[in-house]
Amino acid sequence: MYKNFFRYLISAIFLLGFSVNSNADFKVGFVYVGPTGDHGWTFQHHEGRNAVEAAGIKTTFVESVPEGADAERVIRQLAQSGHDLIFTTSFGYMDPTNKVAKDFPNVKFEHATGYKREHSNVSTYSARFYEGRTLLGHIAGKMTKTNTIGYIASFPIPEVIRGINAMTLAAQKVNPNIKTKIVWVFTWYDPGKEAEAAQALIDQGADVIMQHTDSTAPVQTAEKAGVWSFGQASDMQRFAPKSILTSIIDDWAPYYVERAIAARDGTWNQQDTWHGLKEGMVAMGPYNSAMGADLVKEVEQLQKDLASGKVHSFTGPIYDQKGNILVAEGKVADDGMLAGMSVYVKGVEGDIPK
Amino acid sequence: MALYFFTPFIAIILTILGGGIIFYILGFNPIEALKFYFITPISNLYGLSELLLKATPLCLIAIGLSFCFKSNNWNIGAEGQLTFGAIVGGGVALLFYNQEGFYILPLVILAGAIGGMIFALIPAILKTYFNTNEILVSLMLVYVSKLILDYLVVGPWSNPEGFNFPETRQFSDSSRMPLLFEGLRIHAGIFLALAAVMLSWFILYKTYLGFQIKVSGLSLKTAKYAGFKGKTMILVVFMISGACAGLAGVGEITGPIGQLHRMISPDYGFTAIIVAFLGRLNPFGIIFASLVVALTYLGAETAQIFLQIPKYTGQVFQGMILFFLLASDYLLFFKVKILSLKKNELRH
Repeated sequence: MYKNFFRYLISAIFLLGFSVNSNADFKVGFVYVGPTGDHGWTFQHHEGRNAVEAAGIKTTFVESVPEGADAERVIRQLAQSGHDLIFTTSFGYMDPTNKVAKDFPNVKFEHATGYKREHSNVSTYSARFYEGRTLLGHIAGKMTKTNTIGYIASFPIPEVIRGINAMTLAAQKVNPNIKTKIVWVFTWYDPGKEAEAAQALIDQGADVIMQHTDSTAPVQTAEKAGVWSFGQASDMQRFAPKSILTSIIDDWAPYYVERAIAARDGTWNQQDTWHGLKEGMVAMGPYNSAMGADLVKEVEQLQKDLASGKVHSFTGPIYDQKGNILVAEGKVADDGMLAGMSVYVKGVEGDIPK
Repeated sequence: MALYFFTPFIAIILTILGGGIIFYILGFNPIEALKFYFITPISNLYGLSELLLKATPLCLIAIGLSFCFKSNNWNIGAEGQLTFGAIVGGGVALLFYNQEGFYILPLVILAGAIGGMIFALIPAILKTYFNTNEILVSLMLVYVSKLILDYLVVGPWSNPEGFNFPETRQFSDSSRMPLLFEGLRIHAGIFLALAAVMLSWFILYKTYLGFQIKVSGLSLKTAKYAGFKGKTMILVVFMISGACAGLAGVGEITGPIGQLHRMISPDYGFTAIIVAFLGRLNPFGIIFASLVVALTYLGAETAQIFLQIPKYTGQVFQGMILFFLLASDYLLFFKVKILSLKKNELRH
C-alpha cells in the first residue's frame, strides 16, 4: 500500500517536473519544400529559423519534403517527437497540416500561403509581395528602353497573378507604353527552365526581367545578356551585381520569432496574417546606383508611402484585358478581391493558362 | 546459385558500413546515426505502417518491372505509367465525385491499371513494329505523362473552389482506399501489392508464359528457335508492367494523397528499378527489397529531424545499395586476375 503510494508520489513529482520543464523543452519544427541552399524561398525561411534559434529557442527542420504523400508523415513525426510549434512553409502542405493538426490539438501549426484553418491550432500567414512588385514596376517602367518587361511566372495562382498585375499597373503609371510578356514555367524551382525562360524573354525584346520563381538562374541569365533584373525572395545581388536593380526580400524572421515566443509563453492565438512593407515581412534589397539618384529617391518615397498606406498597389481605375472596369476610380481593391485575383489587367500580353 | 541471392545482403551490409563511414566523416556518431536511420523510424506501430505504405508502390512497380527485365525488355518509364494510371484512375474518381457506391473504388482501380497498361503499350508497340529503342521511348514518355498531368490539374480538372491552385478536388470517400487501422495510413492497396507478388510468382514459375519470358531473357536466339512469338510476349510483359505501375499510381492518389496534383510520386517509378534488381527480379526478393529501400526514405527524414543530417543521404544510400550490388555481382561472376606485362609483350 505504502509502496504504491510512494510510487504514485514519485511519478507525480516526475510529471510535475516535466510540465515545469516544458518551457526549456519547447521546440519549433520547420518543413521546407526546397533545399536550404536554394538562395530563394526556402533559404529565407531558413534565415527565419536561424533567427528563432538565435532567440534561444530550439528548432528542427526537414528540407526538400515533397508536397505529396510524404508531407503528412514528416509533419506528424515532428508533432510526435515533441515539437510544440510547426511551420509548414509551402502551399502544398495545406491539407496535410490540417490533417495532422486535428490529431495533435496541443501542438500549434502555422501554414504559409494557404487558406485553410480547419482547427483552432492552425494559423496561416503570408506576405504582401505585391507591394514589392509595385516598386519593381515603377523601376522597370523607368529603366526599360524597349518598353517590354519579361516576367517568368510559376503557376497561375492568385499570388502570382497579383504580382504580375501590381507590377504592370505601376509600370504603366510611369510609362504608358509598357508591355508585359509572360512565360509560364510551371515550377517553383528549376534553374534550367528558368534560365531558358529568361533567355526567351530577352530574345523577344525584354530588357528588364523579373521572376516569380526561386532560383538565381534568371538574374544570372540577365547579367550575361546585359539586361536589367530583380532578385526574388532573397537579396540576390551577389549573383548578378551589374544587372540587379533591387530584390524583393521575404523577411520571415520577425514573424517567426514573435510566434515562437507567443507559443512558448502560451499567448499564441489562431490568426490569418498578411503582412507587407509596413511590418517588414516584405523588404527591399539595396537599390542599384545605375538607377540614378533621382529614381532611387522616387522609389524610396513610394516605398514609404506604400508602407504607410498612403499609396495602395491596386488603386482604381483598373481595367482588365478586355477593358472592363475591375476597380472604380478612387477606390482600392479589398483583400478579398486580391486573394482571389484571377484575371490580368490591361497591358499584360497573353492569356492566363487554363 | 545460393550466392546469387546472398549478394543483396552483402550489398546492404556494405551500404550500412559505408553509411557509417560517411556519418563519421560528417562528424556524427555513426552508431547513433545508423540507429536513427534504420531503427527509430520503425520502432512504433505508426512507423511500421508508414514503412508498408511507402513500400507498397515500390513493390508493385518492381514486380511489374521484373517481367520486363527478365525478358530483356528495358522499361525505364514506370514513372510515366504510374502517372498516366493515376490520371485515368483519378479521372474516374472525379467523374464519380460526391457519389456513393461500392463499385466506384474497383472502377477507379481498374481504370488506373488500364491507364498504366495503355501507356506502357506505346513503347512496346513502337519496339515490336517499328524497332525503336524502348529505353528511350519509355523514358521520354515519363515527361509526356507529367505534362499531361500538369495540364489537367492546372486547367480542366482543377478544383473550382481552389483559387486556381494546381490541384483537383479531394476525392469522395467512395473512391478512397479503405484504411486498415484507425489512425494509421496503411490502406487496402497493400493487398494489391501482395496479390501482384503471388500472381507474378505463379505466372513466372508455373506457366508457359513465364517459361517464355525466362528463356527470352537468357537467350533471344533460343527463344526464336523454340518458336516463341516474340512480339506478343513483348506486348504482354509491357502491359503487365504498365498495369502494375498504374495500380501503384492509383493506390497513391486514392490512398494517402486523396486528389490529383503535380507531386503524386517522388520518383517511385525510378527507385523501383533499384528495388527490382535488389530483389533479384524474384517476387519474394522484391518484397524484401521494397522494405529496405522504403526504409532509406523514412530513415533520411528521421535522421534529419533528430540529428539534422542532410536529407539527401537517403539518395546516397539508395545509390550505394545499387553500387555495392553491381560491384558484388561483378566480383561474383567474374574472376579478377592481376596480369603483369612482360617487357617484350609491349612490342606486339
